[in-house]
Amino acid sequence: MHELAVAQALVEQVDAVIDQHNATSASLIRVRIGPLAGVVPELLATAFPLAAAGSRMERAVLDLVTAPIKVRCQTCGAETEAAMNRLICGACGDWHTQVISGDELLLESVELETAPSPTPES
Amino acid sequence: MCDTCGCNLTPGNKHLAFKPVAKGATAVSVLKGLLAKNDDQAAHNREHFDRRGILAINLMSSPGSGKTALLEATLVALKNEFTCAVIEGDLETENDAERIRAKGVQAHQIVTGTACHLDAHLVHDALHHMTLDDVDILFIENVGNLVCPASFDLGQHLNVTLLSVTEGDDKPAKYPVMFRAADAMLLTKTDLLAVLDDFDPDKAETHLRHLANPAPVMRLSARKDLGMDAWLTWLREQLAAQRARVAIGQSRRPAIQSDGMKYHSVATS
Repeated sequence: MHELAVAQALVEQVDAVIDQHNATSASLIRVRIGPLAGVVPELLATAFPLAAAGSRMERAVLDLVTAPIKVRCQTCGAETEAAMNRLICGACGDWHTQVISGDELLLESVELETAPSPTPES
Repeated sequence: MCDTCGCNLTPGNKHLAFKPVAKGATAVSVLKGLLAKNDDQAAHNREHFDRRGILAINLMSSPGSGKTALLEATLVALKNEFTCAVIEGDLETENDAERIRAKGVQAHQIVTGTACHLDAHLVHDALHHMTLDDVDILFIENVGNLVCPASFDLGQHLNVTLLSVTEGDDKPAKYPVMFRAADAMLLTKTDLLAVLDDFDPDKAETHLRHLANPAPVMRLSARKDLGMDAWLTWLREQLAAQRARVAIGQSRRPAIQSDGMKYHSVATS
């Protein structure tokens, strides 16, 4: 339900990137989402066109990349994949682990359109 | 890393670079948290708290798990010890702020309308309506919701998540994002355990551990004054720890967020 707020934050960030690069619009926006970020990719995809309406990215393709959940065990040191509600070590079963992938919510890259520069043919 | 020579290419984005990009189009790598604006505001709020030596605690839970009742009992118990203040978040009504004010404690109500969570900007606006000078502990009672509030940093130092025994003991397994963010989990309304045969406090704690969360679990009933001492002791310890941090110019973010930042910056550098 809070995905609209996330989509609005995304539009603001991409808008800033467009400004920084003196571009006219964004054509592709790639976002990396881990399941533990608490953002549902499908809902973000639905909310994005609403947030982007009338902006310089309203025609952009939103590419949502899902990051796998991985934990590093503080006891045995193994790095293993884990389920969202079972973040225990896949090797030794200990729960003293740290999530090293799967809780990110990152604007990874943006493809920008720039206006063709009006250089006269020589 | 730059945006022109290709040194920012990764296996994840290189197909962008090798795609025949239309003339006048460029791909740039950003690698920035999507909620950066909220996080910046949250950091600003945290500076406000640290400058005044305030400990800020974000209370989260389902609606009806007893956040306001816990606050009422806590504020009365700490009345002669500390100055507390409360920010209340609800979709509608001033009811909760009025309950807090009835205990003689400063309270500001944020009415979110339809929004399902508080964010750092809402909290910042609320701070401007409050007198923070002598405050020791600021409680922020988030909107009752086990999903959305977990994703937004408000500038708090600690997250406290409540789970009432009238809910299922598997709530941490069902809402892992929320319970993973808890710096303490309170099992509330434990006076009702005698008549509820389907809530096992040990199972609730096991589910929390399966989220790799070492947070203390405290069992209490605010209404019947059971188990409150452990909670009040924990609050005193946390305030002392906050004062010690402030004295040496340090701060604290709820545990998982700083961990996450650390790993992601390593992963992307």
